[in-house]
Amino acid sequence: MEISLNKKKQVVVVPKKMTRRKKVMRNWELYLFVLPCLLWFVVFKYVPMYGIQLAFKQYIPTEGIWGSPWIGFQHFTRFFESYQFWTLIQNTLSLSLWAFIFTFPVPIIVALLLNQLTSERYKKFVQTVIYAPHFISTVVLVGILFVFLSPTSGIVNHLIVLLGGEPILFMARPEWFKPLYVISGLWQETGWATIIYLAALAGVSPALHEAAIMDGANKWQRIWHVDIPGIRPTIVILLILAIGNIMNVGFEKAYLMQTDLNKSASAIIPTYVYEIGLQRAQYSFAAAIGLFNSVINLIMLLMVNRIVRKLGGNSLW
Amino acid sequence: MKAFRRTKGDITFDVVNYALMTLYALMVLYPLYFITISSISDPNAVFAGEVWLWPKDITLEGYERIFSDKLIWIGYGNTILYAAVGTAISIMLTLTAAYPLSRPDFYGRNLIMLVFVFTMFFSGGLIPTYLLVKDLGMVDTIWAMVIPNAVGVWNIIIAKTFFETSIPGELREAAFIDGCSNTRFFFKIVLPLSKPIIAVMVLFHVVGHWNGFFDALIYLNDESKYPLQLILRNILVENQVSNSAAMMMDVESYAAKQRVAELIKYGMIIVSTFPLLILYPFLQRYFVKGVMIGSIKG
Repeated sequence: MEISLNKKKQVVVVPKKMTRRKKVMRNWELYLFVLPCLLWFVVFKYVPMYGIQLAFKQYIPTEGIWGSPWIGFQHFTRFFESYQFWTLIQNTLSLSLWAFIFTFPVPIIVALLLNQLTSERYKKFVQTVIYAPHFISTVVLVGILFVFLSPTSGIVNHLIVLLGGEPILFMARPEWFKPLYVISGLWQETGWATIIYLAALAGVSPALHEAAIMDGANKWQRIWHVDIPGIRPTIVILLILAIGNIMNVGFEKAYLMQTDLNKSASAIIPTYVYEIGLQRAQYSFAAAIGLFNSVINLIMLLMVNRIVRKLGGNSLW
Repeated sequence: MKAFRRTKGDITFDVVNYALMTLYALMVLYPLYFITISSISDPNAVFAGEVWLWPKDITLEGYERIFSDKLIWIGYGNTILYAAVGTAISIMLTLTAAYPLSRPDFYGRNLIMLVFVFTMFFSGGLIPTYLLVKDLGMVDTIWAMVIPNAVGVWNIIIAKTFFETSIPGELREAAFIDGCSNTRFFFKIVLPLSKPIIAVMVLFHVVGHWNGFFDALIYLNDESKYPLQLILRNILVENQVSNSAAMMMDVESYAAKQRVAELIKYGMIIVSTFPLLILYPFLQRYFVKGVMIGSIKG
C-alpha cells in the first residue's frame, strides 16, 4: 500500500497497483544516481568476463579478443600436461591450506582471551597494539622479512649465531617459504581479525554469563559453553567466506617473497598467471589458467555453503 | 558480580591470560621498535648485531640519504595524488549507488544488487582486465591507478546498510511532502547525516592507496609515475638502490656501501609508514567503527 496526497492535501490510501512506468518515473533521479556505478561495473567487471573467451582462443593482438580464432581447450590441456602443473596446484593448495589452518582459528582464540581481560584499559591497550601491523603495506612487511632474516646482518641470524647455530638463508630456502608466509601473516592480521569476533562477543548477553556463574561455572566453562556458542554464527559466515577464497592466496605477498632460489615452493597459480601473462605476454594461455583458478574457487564456495546449510547452520544464501 | 568469589582456577586463568596477551603485544611491537632504533643507529653496530634494546651511536645519515633521493619525493607526491583523486572517485561512485539501493521504493533494486554482488563470486581475472585497461589507453596514466579498482561491492553493501538503518523513511516522506526532490534530499539531508560512513570510507581508501602496489606493478612502466610502494619495493625487496646508487659513489668500500644500504632500508620503512603511524592513534576508532558497520549484517 502506498500513501500519498491528493489535491486536497488529505492523506489517502491509493490502490496497491502502480504501473511499472509510474514506479520508475517517480524516482527517475535515483536511476541517474546509480548509472555511473552501474556503467563502471559493466565496463570493469562484465567486459572482462566477456574477455574470458580468450582462454579458448589463440590471441592475436591485431585481431583483438573478438577476432582471434577459436582453438578450444588447447590451452587447458597444455597447462594440465605441463611439468609445472602439479607443483603449482600443490603449492597453491598447501600454501592456502596452511595459511587457513592458522589464520582462521588464531584470531578466535585471541578474541576469546582478550575478552576475558578484566582491566578495560589494558584490553584497549593490547588491542591498539595488535591492530597496528594491519596498516603496514605488504611491501614493507616483506621488506621487514628481508632485513630481519638477512644471513649477514639480520637480527634473527644474529640470534641463531649467538645461540651457537649456523646462519640460515631463509629467503633462499624453499622449505622456509611456507612457514614465513604463514607467520608473517599471523603477525600482521591476527589482531585486526579479532575485531569482528570481539564485536560478536560484546553481543553475548551478560545474563547468560551471570547464570553460568550462579551455576558455578569457571572461566573455561563460560568460554566453552557461553562465549563460543554465542559467536558461532559469526564464525560460520567467516568460515564460508574464507574457504571460498582458498585459492585466492595473497598474490602480492607470495610474489614479493618469491626469489629465484625458493621458487620451487613459492610458485603458485596467481604468480604463474602474472609471469606467463604479463611478463611473457602469453595472454590466452594465462587467461586459461586464471579461469581454471576462479572456477575452482567458485565450486569450493558453493560446496562449503551447501555443506553448512545441510548441517543446519546459517549460510550465506 | 563482585559478590561472587573468584575461584582459584579463575585466578590462575587470569594470570596466564594476562601473561599471554602481554607476550603477544610485545611480539607485535618489538619488530617495529627494532626497526626504529636500527634506522638511527650506526650501520656498523646494526650490522654486527650490537643493537637490541637501545640505538647505538645515533646517526641520521640514513635519513639524510633518503631525503636527498629524488625518487622518494616523486613517489610520495604520486601516492598523495592517486590517493586524493582515487578516493574522491571511489566515494562518489559508491555513495550514489548505495543510496538508491537502500530505498525500499526504488524499483529494480534487487536486480541491480544482483548485478553487483555476482562479481564478488566470479570475475574475468587478471588478463582480460589488463587487456581492457590497455585497450582503454589507461596504461601509464593516472587513470589506471584510480579507476579500474574504484568500486568495491563490499563498500556498497556497507554504505547501503548504513543508509537503511540511519535514514528513517519518515524523514524522506516528510521532506517529500514539503516538495523536496530526490536529488535535493540526497545532497541536503542524506549526505550531512552520513558523516561517519563517509569518514570511514575516506580512511579505508586513503590507506588502500597509500599501501597499494599491485596496480602500479601491472599498469605503470614510467618511473616518474611510480607510487611510493613501488619505489620501496625496488629498494627493500629487489635490492636496487635506485638512482640513489649514484649517491653512494663516494670513495667508500663496497662493504661500507652495503652497510649504508641496510641503514637506508630501515629508514625507508619508517619514512614510508610514518604518516600512517602518526595518524594511527587518532584514526583507530574510526577504523574499528568501519569494521563494525561492515559487520552489521554478517
